[in-house]
Amino acid sequence: MYTFSSKLKTLSFALMIIGFLGVAYGFLSTPSTVEDVKVMMQDSHDSHGAEASNHEVIADAHATADAHDAEHSDDSHAEHVLHLLKNKPWSALYVALFFFFMISLATLAFYAIQHASQAGWPVVLFRVMEAITGYLPVGGVLLFVFFVLSSLHLNHLFVWMDPEVVAHDELIQNKAGYLNVPFFLIRAAIYIAGWIVYRQYARKLTLAQDNASDLKNYYKLFKSSAAFLVFFLVTESMMSWDWIMSLDPHWFSTLFGWYIFASMIVSAITTIALVSIYLKGKGYLEFVNNSHLHDLAKFMFGFSVFWTYLWFSQFMLIWYANIPEEVTYFATRFNDYKIPFLGMLVLNFLFPLLVLMNSDYKRVPWFIVTTGIVILIGHYIDIYVMIMPATVGDQWFIGISEISSVLLVLGIFIYVVFTTLTKAPLLAKGSPFLKESEHFHY
Amino acid sequence: MSSHYEAPIRRPLIVGDKSYHDITVEVAAPVEGKANKLWWTAFTIALVAFLWGLGSIIYTIGTGIGVWGLNKTVGWAWDITNFVWWVGIGHAGTLISAVLLLFRQKWRMGINRSAEAMTIFSVVQAGLFPVIHMGRVWDAHFVLPIPNQFGSLWTNFNSPLLWDVFAISTYLSVSLVFWWTGLLPDFAMLRDRAVKPFQKKIYSLLSFGWTGRAKDWQRFEEVSLVLAGLATPLVLSVHTIVSFDFATSVIPGWHTTIFPPYFVAGAVFSGFAMVNTLLIIMRKVSNLEAYITKQHIELMNIVIMITGSIVGCAYITELFIAWYSGVEYEQYAFLNRATGPYWWAYLLMMSCNVFSPQFMWSKKLRQSITFSFIISIVVNIGMWFERFVIIVTSLHRDYLPSSWTMFSPTFVDIGIYVGTIGFFFVLFLLYARTFPVIAQAEVKSILKSSGENFKKLRDGNHE
Repeated sequence: MYTFSSKLKTLSFALMIIGFLGVAYGFLSTPSTVEDVKVMMQDSHDSHGAEASNHEVIADAHATADAHDAEHSDDSHAEHVLHLLKNKPWSALYVALFFFFMISLATLAFYAIQHASQAGWPVVLFRVMEAITGYLPVGGVLLFVFFVLSSLHLNHLFVWMDPEVVAHDELIQNKAGYLNVPFFLIRAAIYIAGWIVYRQYARKLTLAQDNASDLKNYYKLFKSSAAFLVFFLVTESMMSWDWIMSLDPHWFSTLFGWYIFASMIVSAITTIALVSIYLKGKGYLEFVNNSHLHDLAKFMFGFSVFWTYLWFSQFMLIWYANIPEEVTYFATRFNDYKIPFLGMLVLNFLFPLLVLMNSDYKRVPWFIVTTGIVILIGHYIDIYVMIMPATVGDQWFIGISEISSVLLVLGIFIYVVFTTLTKAPLLAKGSPFLKESEHFHY
Repeated sequence: MSSHYEAPIRRPLIVGDKSYHDITVEVAAPVEGKANKLWWTAFTIALVAFLWGLGSIIYTIGTGIGVWGLNKTVGWAWDITNFVWWVGIGHAGTLISAVLLLFRQKWRMGINRSAEAMTIFSVVQAGLFPVIHMGRVWDAHFVLPIPNQFGSLWTNFNSPLLWDVFAISTYLSVSLVFWWTGLLPDFAMLRDRAVKPFQKKIYSLLSFGWTGRAKDWQRFEEVSLVLAGLATPLVLSVHTIVSFDFATSVIPGWHTTIFPPYFVAGAVFSGFAMVNTLLIIMRKVSNLEAYITKQHIELMNIVIMITGSIVGCAYITELFIAWYSGVEYEQYAFLNRATGPYWWAYLLMMSCNVFSPQFMWSKKLRQSITFSFIISIVVNIGMWFERFVIIVTSLHRDYLPSSWTMFSPTFVDIGIYVGTIGFFFVLFLLYARTFPVIAQAEVKSILKSSGENFKKLRDGNHE
């Protein structure tokens, strides 16, 4: 059995507290009136002249493009900036909540795939995966609360939730059959509930299988995993349309759901590898050998390439055809987010490609950990670049709000995951493939 | 690789009481024996179809593309439909030999040789279409960036059609090398067994002096892994590039970002169906039921079911986004597919691709050989119509109603398609008589872990 070390527990609490304070600071320091924004803009004009005027040109161009900034006055510009700044702490929290939730969710998908494909090697890692998915109910509730708060107009992230905006926007009106608050919340509830139900059911079955004399639970698990994967295939796509694509309600891309999936699965496998290496380092997983790590690292490598493939497919096709209604999505990202937008390609593709190509390196824990951290940062930025341009526009900055949100959710994540680990033995000993996994050598 | 231990729950991949020698004899039998009447009948039919197709091709080139059913609006129809269809079928071979190798699926060993053969023969068919659909075939070499006397007139690298040239030619050559490398130990086996000098000479040439030393095997394994690692991105990128032919355009119904992975899923779907069609016949006529077992068929059915569901998910995504986009051209393109003059093609595609693979959820049905055979053919009909629907229904009615039209194929269109099917079977039938259709060297490597007799022995000792 695993015991949650007091050090790690303290760390998770520290992260939560620091994160919470930072998030609170982020909310409190947001300008609340147009006047504040004007003062702020004036300050930045004074402090760095040339840069600020350049900034203004971009901001003005942005304002011109925007529909609700019809009259081109200083006031409306400042008001626009105010909206963006008010969204900033909310968006920072949303990126972090989604990021850790997707890690947990994709771990669940990976776990289900391993059961459905009757894989022999990962049995010794099942309890680690179950622990990571232990965050799913917590993260699901947090996200759902976030959506409810958004629908109560406490923030302005999903512009289609604002009846003011919809009234003036024919494109959104046409989508109202899908993009409306009650339906959105019902859908979110169905997805989250469905995922949690499978997670709890699977956990119950593997625990029961530990002491069972026959394979009844195993077969049930096999069947429910297959059924879950079908459910997941559909709900994951819809989730990505609802939770991320609808932030840019004018934009659409058919690939989007699968692209999010690629980002999710690579982050999930990386997290599985990191937690396993941590536990092994503490001497808890003596049956995990470097062949298991090698396999995880191969998946990290393979799915990094797969993510890049989908990223490129989506980007290139839209860039190539250059149809105005689609290309704005990348135009804003390319203009306002150049460094994160291009930088994540280095973190998510180039770095893992070069580091994890060699099969010896894939067996060295610190190589995996280093690459893993880079991959996780890269995919955080990936989510960031998907969400932020729609909500804060050119007012983005990775500052206290953003970092604190990550720390806060990371603290919760660590606390929940490692608490779940203490609840069951670390070896799912009832699996018919256990011996294959224990003797696994590649 | 893991040691000889295998969980008792896994079913045997080689049925019956087989030894290494039995495998050799049974794999070599079709090559060493004589062709029967059935083979000659099938070969003759295929050859006639091939020659008919050849005649149609010559007629097209001699007379002009106008002999096809194309018109000024629909400039691509059967030609590119068949091209994409054949390339798609070709993908299963690489998937089985490369992707399943990376995922350490032992069951691939019974089927990979024939699947790769199928890849190569179908890519050959596919390769015909980009050439013959040109208005001026004799200028085809202009697609290659060769220094020339026109002031070094160059190709434009922005066209997906040029990327197709690189994709298909690379794909064919890598698949060929991958396949041939795997064949070396098996050709050596045939060489060593040959009693007639002519056969001995031929298989000596083909096997490149393979002697099976430890060092050779070690390198052989490494090369296979590296090639599998290269072939996997290749297989994804080839069909992706084929999908770019449509997705980079601005045609409603064509311009959509999901095409790259969705075409690949469709390719795996139709490719596996074709492997199933061929292997269900082959295991019977070549007496290889011990190596291509019911379980193999069942697992291929599961792959068909999964990729069929992915394709179905993509169809629904496209429909949803067409509505969600609010772009009326896009919405009309899908309305036209469902209710326009080609509704029957759309209905065929939907029912064959989305509904038929769902039967495979039933264990009874996916274990039935007859049912699998029927579904495998249904899937390939459906996938042909998928390409036809994507290409023709998007073209025949797009932005300007004044250029709306219809398309109907001529006998030359059909003749060429039938000809490629004939050509494919000519090649495949010849292959089945002269090549070791099962990778015996690989199958021998799993005999002791997954052979029925050895499993019984081992599991009996355990309990």
